[in-house]
Amino acid sequence: MKLNRRNFLSLGVGVVAGTTLSPLPWKLMDDVSIWTQNWPWTPVPPDGEVTYEKSVCTLCPGGCGITVRKIDDRAVKIEGIEGHPVNDGGVCLLGLSGLQLLYGPTRIKSPLKRVGERGEGKWQTISWNQALTEVAVKLGELRSNDRSHTVACISGSDQGTVPGLLNRFLTAYGSPNYIRTPSIHDSYEIALSLMHGGQSSAGFDVENADFVLSFGSGIIDGWMSPVRMIKANSIWKNEKSKVVQIEPRLSNTAAKSDTWVPIKPGTDAALALGLAHVIIKESLYNKDFVEKYAFDFNAFKTIVLESFGPDDVAKITGVDKKTILSLAKQFAGASKPLAICGRGQGKTPGSIDEVAAVHALNALVGNINKPGGVWAVSQPDYIKWPEVQMDAVASSGMKRERVDGAGSEKFPNANYLLNRWVGAVNSSKESPVQALFITDANPCYTLSDTSVVKKAFDRIPFVVSFSSNINETALNADLILPSHASLERYEDVPLSAGLTKSVIALSKPVVKPQFNTKHVGDVIIEIAKKLGGSIEEAFPWDDYETCLKATLGDKWDALVENGYWSDPDFGVPPWEGAFATGSMKFEFLGVVRARGGEKDVQAKHLFTPVTIEGNEKSYPLTLIPYDSLRLANGSIGDPPFAIKTVEDTVLKHKDVFIEMNPETAEAYDISEGDYAVLNTPKGKARVKIHLFDGIMPGLVAMPTGLGHTGPDEYLAGKGINFNELIGPVEDADFGLDVVWGIRANLTKA
Amino acid sequence: MKKEHKHENTKKFGMVIDLDKCTGCGACMVACMAENNVPFKKDESDKLDSITWICVYKLTNGKSFPDTEICYLPRPCMHCSGIGEHGHSPCVSVCPATATDYDHTTGIVSQIYTRCFGCRYCMAACPYHARYFNWWDPVWPEGMEKSLNPDVSPRMRGVVEKCSFCFHRYQAAMDKAYTEGRRELEEDEYQTACTQACPAGAITFGDLDNPDHKVYELKKSPNAFRLLERLKTNPKVYYLSSRDWVRKAGDNYLEAESKVKKKIV
Repeated sequence: MKLNRRNFLSLGVGVVAGTTLSPLPWKLMDDVSIWTQNWPWTPVPPDGEVTYEKSVCTLCPGGCGITVRKIDDRAVKIEGIEGHPVNDGGVCLLGLSGLQLLYGPTRIKSPLKRVGERGEGKWQTISWNQALTEVAVKLGELRSNDRSHTVACISGSDQGTVPGLLNRFLTAYGSPNYIRTPSIHDSYEIALSLMHGGQSSAGFDVENADFVLSFGSGIIDGWMSPVRMIKANSIWKNEKSKVVQIEPRLSNTAAKSDTWVPIKPGTDAALALGLAHVIIKESLYNKDFVEKYAFDFNAFKTIVLESFGPDDVAKITGVDKKTILSLAKQFAGASKPLAICGRGQGKTPGSIDEVAAVHALNALVGNINKPGGVWAVSQPDYIKWPEVQMDAVASSGMKRERVDGAGSEKFPNANYLLNRWVGAVNSSKESPVQALFITDANPCYTLSDTSVVKKAFDRIPFVVSFSSNINETALNADLILPSHASLERYEDVPLSAGLTKSVIALSKPVVKPQFNTKHVGDVIIEIAKKLGGSIEEAFPWDDYETCLKATLGDKWDALVENGYWSDPDFGVPPWEGAFATGSMKFEFLGVVRARGGEKDVQAKHLFTPVTIEGNEKSYPLTLIPYDSLRLANGSIGDPPFAIKTVEDTVLKHKDVFIEMNPETAEAYDISEGDYAVLNTPKGKARVKIHLFDGIMPGLVAMPTGLGHTGPDEYLAGKGINFNELIGPVEDADFGLDVVWGIRANLTKA
Repeated sequence: MKKEHKHENTKKFGMVIDLDKCTGCGACMVACMAENNVPFKKDESDKLDSITWICVYKLTNGKSFPDTEICYLPRPCMHCSGIGEHGHSPCVSVCPATATDYDHTTGIVSQIYTRCFGCRYCMAACPYHARYFNWWDPVWPEGMEKSLNPDVSPRMRGVVEKCSFCFHRYQAAMDKAYTEGRRELEEDEYQTACTQACPAGAITFGDLDNPDHKVYELKKSPNAFRLLERLKTNPKVYYLSSRDWVRKAGDNYLEAESKVKKKIV
């Protein structure tokens, strides 16, 4: 056929008509669109029955009540329990990321035995039987050589049945070396025991306070119980209560406060005493309390009036006289004023002088054991187990002095001194600790001067970690006996983070154990059984759950139902009968007397500035840490969701930013985003610079919570661990680590 | 009667965020990620490609020490309804695939992932940076897929995603209401994940047109403002701040603005 114009056109028309009418192109287009959206690698989460299970969040000591949404047997979301005494429905971002820790790749899936060098991360999977036998053999060996006292245990808590069982085990075995990780609670406990008498922890009735004077406490940056504090902050906004934040850096807490008072770092106690001076001088104190219930007001008055006048204090603190006078008057004039301390999240004990001076302010205005004040809260004593029947080895072991020296002649007031423990392990010829158990703690990351801590670990021949997720300390262990994650296990959690209520929460197995793990409580009971004799007899329970149910008794049902149990009769005693000191009264100078200033009280007994490491000449800058809720800095590091929220002026790729005032930066000819090398007497780090007007010139600030070597690629290797750049500073009389910063210098890189 | 009927059917869900209470803790961001199966990468420090349906911005007043002030500002999708409430939000107007649409019964701007073919016109159009593109396929580490919420489908590479005001929660609440023979929801039956989690109680969510809902009064506060109001996008997210400089920061006033205007004119 000849192709002419006519049939060419008809063919064209035919093709167009044919394809338009035929279903083929439409079918193909449909197929293509289906095919391009066929993504077998995009997960389709299976649907199922929705249930909620109540439990408690144990990722920080805050103790928020959580309710976990489940789809069949999967936990899909963590939410807060409404009406819970701690968090009333709110949750923080770490708690919200909890499922990433439960299901994430950082879980330890079975007992592990180290095969490579310490910290190398080479492990061999072993059976539970082998793991427990190895521990029992090692412990039996030490005990038969009369060295039971060389066994130690580091734990994040000393309350509840699991710490109770561990402590009981050490007692029956014959070692006094149970150590709780350090925090501001250490300082508050000592200060309260010396000023109030007896053992109690500090409770803060923040919700009812109408004037909050915070000496550097990161109230909304994770201090005590983060969600409760943020809730209190909102109550203050509604009630128009005033918040004054005293610290050298504009933290989130300072940014949210009504008045931010920048102060020379480390001089908070002097300011508190300066305020006391004004309150006493102008006779603004609570006469009823001071005259009837305080023992040594006159002595306190004399020294404070003599040595802490506003002019002197202004010189020490850099806070001007006018502010001091006005703060003192506002504080004393408020109806429910509350003074608090504990830097940032309170992860280091800090100076007891500071706690004592700040607490004296509360006493002056009589806001102790009163609404809106500080309460001396005694720990719930629901654990009533028969006394341990110690055999001869145990008795002689228990008579030994603790490795950390707490409770010794030198440090009679301290309960736990982990910073000294590190020193003791490093300084003796042979390590006084031959076997170490660690639970709910990550000292290789959280203690200052990490390289020295690791050295101490290297000197301990046998290290066992109970961690359920891999962390720096577990990486430095010989054996890992992974515990169930907190959402997989029963455990009582007595809440003590500054609460003015007596609450016990119950962690529940929201999901069944995902891996070959074992409850720490069961591990202790099984090891005790393997060791036999009086140790076995000290553990009359078949397993942990039996022990827990028996211990909690009639509280069990309420705990399972609500996730917590709150003591309805809880209260603190009125002033009459509240104090158990020698004088049976409040003692303003309790801490001073313990410092040996009994006969001749001097200003230095009330306030001696903590000298930080490094001389001013070679290290002209001062480096301070800052805590943020977006960067978990405790025994648990940031899960992927949490690290995702960190700003790009804090962390960019692998680099951490340090904050610096533009004025300081000018002197160093440094601008935003520049690289620099930061040197301290303890170490050096390559950092980036973030210019921040909210920091005092001459200071540089670094976030805590970065610089992890584990656990996963979402967190590891990002930034620097602040603890590598700082070392502990020991209080001569109490042994606690009182460090708040370190001197530093900077060179442009 | 007729008026009541109208009120029954159309809602205008919106948010009032109290910046005086917001502490910048970041709980809203993570609550949203966990609820909505938002993916995460090994490095999320490049904020241009980091998907955060609600993102907390840090504002400063620009003054030097010690007069510096900070304010945090959480930014979800504004669910703009445009001039005259016609639903001509910047993104809806430009989407060639009808993958994003304005729902007149709820006031929510939807995002339908299977319709989106990734042209990103909407991202360019959105003045709030509320939209994010999936440059990569989402990858959950082994085991972590167990924590995915079946009510929200995980997205694939090549599509845009954004805050939905937890629309799946609205659907679930409506389903429940229908089975109980109701057509209306109580205020607390439908709340977004961020509102629920916020420890400060800074976020209030509800029907902006319903006088019984808390947002109704809150949005009328003299301290209330919206972001970039002069663009007339008509956002449904209101902010409260007692500080002048914060309210001013809500719109992009330039220091020398009056001069610039003159030049343009």
